[in-house]
Amino acid sequence: MKVLVPVKRVVDYNVKVRVKSDGTGVDIANVKMSMNPFDEIAVEEAVRLKEKGVVTEIIAVSCGVTQCQETLRTAMAIGADRAILVETDVELQPLAVAKLLKALVDKEQPGLVILGKQAIDDDCNQTGQMLAALCDLPQATFASKMELTADSVTVSREVDGGSETLKLTLPAIVTTDLRLNEPRYVTLPNIMKAKKKPLEIVKPDALGVDVTPRIKTLKVSEPPKRGAGVKVPDVATLVAKLKTEAKVI
Amino acid sequence: MTTLVIAEHDNATLKGSTLNTITAAVQVGGDVHVLVAGSNAAAVAAAAAATAGVAKVLHADSPALAEGLAENVAAQVLAIASAYSHIFFPATASGKNVAPRVAAKLDVGQLSDISKVISADTFERPIYAGNAIATVQCSQAVKVATVRTTGFDPATATGGSAAVESIAAVADSGKSAFVGKEIAKLDRPELTAAKIIVSGGRAMGSSEKFNEVLTPLADKLGAALGASRAAVDAGYAPNDWQVGQTGKIVAPQLYVACGISGAIQHLAGMKDSKVIVAINKDEEAPIFSVADYGLVADLFVAVPELIKAL
Repeated sequence: MKVLVPVKRVVDYNVKVRVKSDGTGVDIANVKMSMNPFDEIAVEEAVRLKEKGVVTEIIAVSCGVTQCQETLRTAMAIGADRAILVETDVELQPLAVAKLLKALVDKEQPGLVILGKQAIDDDCNQTGQMLAALCDLPQATFASKMELTADSVTVSREVDGGSETLKLTLPAIVTTDLRLNEPRYVTLPNIMKAKKKPLEIVKPDALGVDVTPRIKTLKVSEPPKRGAGVKVPDVATLVAKLKTEAKVI
Repeated sequence: MTTLVIAEHDNATLKGSTLNTITAAVQVGGDVHVLVAGSNAAAVAAAAAATAGVAKVLHADSPALAEGLAENVAAQVLAIASAYSHIFFPATASGKNVAPRVAAKLDVGQLSDISKVISADTFERPIYAGNAIATVQCSQAVKVATVRTTGFDPATATGGSAAVESIAAVADSGKSAFVGKEIAKLDRPELTAAKIIVSGGRAMGSSEKFNEVLTPLADKLGAALGASRAAVDAGYAPNDWQVGQTGKIVAPQLYVACGISGAIQHLAGMKDSKVIVAINKDEEAPIFSVADYGLVADLFVAVPELIKAL
């Protein structure tokens, strides 16, 4: 079974982003970029499924600028077999990415697509669900556990208040939550090996997809600052303040 | 202009997140309709109809809608979508699961987690884990959005008298099946609805200590229990207790952070709380930069003292 794993190049999760002074966005010049952490979990899960023998081929896909090739090399260093970059400089919104991925799903016919539940830059949490809708496939989002057979996947999902389990008929779309697995560290030999794996580059036009953004960002601003309060010397003062000043207990 | 709000419920009760979403819909202007898609969910439809600000409730009832499967609920929304200018979902696990499916089928982009309504087509939403706020404009025919519940006050649950209209339920997609669920039995308030939250971090040290120290405090305050990602990752607290950008977004009247350092992603999930108390040994901990009242102390001493003093 083929598995498709889309990965996004985002500002590294350790970087504290700064809003540009002209309000046009956040400053990502000279900032460390990495694979979206949820996508890394998706790649890891695909590799584990391959190690178990249920999956035969893992195709990593990224949509975006030329530098996304680095993200794809990382995916191949974790264990993806080959990669496809849908190259464009246009700002890609989730619907456009879902359409590009649908074109690749039609072409590659994977049994399963595993995506991160959300990207840590735009925090949209949409692409997997949109891809499932466009392909008319079943979905299991926010996966914390998955079991794959030849014709179905059983997924435990993190939902409000606990977890639920769904069984989907393949092909299907799964999005990963934080605790599905812990991605392995990539080793130097695997990084070297990844450099030799095939990486194909296509343009959105060749896939027949219009990627024009649908939603316009008018401005980006700093969130309202919450000022620090006071330090209290002891528990008694804390309780007194909560009762008489804040009046919350 | 009419906004359709998709009700969040468990077939018996209407969840509070629906009320916050109704408020956002009212702010858009125009009428507000609520869709209740469920199984034997007449009580939910009645509760939605009684909510102030709701003009009409559409009730689709079928076993296929019992568990809120994304494929079926999305199809149900799409069956009536053409009548609406806006379709709003609460930004909860179930809302986030279904909304993009609806938007993609309508060939429109979706707005995630809107925290403010500026006009009928312009909204604010947090990006980069709340480190920036984007003002976004959507000029598409239908605006599909998920609503960050902490950004809006709940609509009044009484005083409304909307008509409930039964509509035909869609057929089961047959592609996904509900196997089961493990929902923790709550003898305390739900995290996102609680007025007070007691939350623990990595400093709790173990799940035993987490329970031993924080449960009595939560009991005393009638509070919900939360945790930082570090505490959840370490296995001290269940997954669904996680407060933060990748967990629950909360805004209670009082948030008591015990042994939580205050990573950006945790702050993103709780900084809208009315009053924040931080108890931490490390006086340099970033949590103190957002806390209204900070107590630099060993929580294993301070929390029992606090319980006694309350």
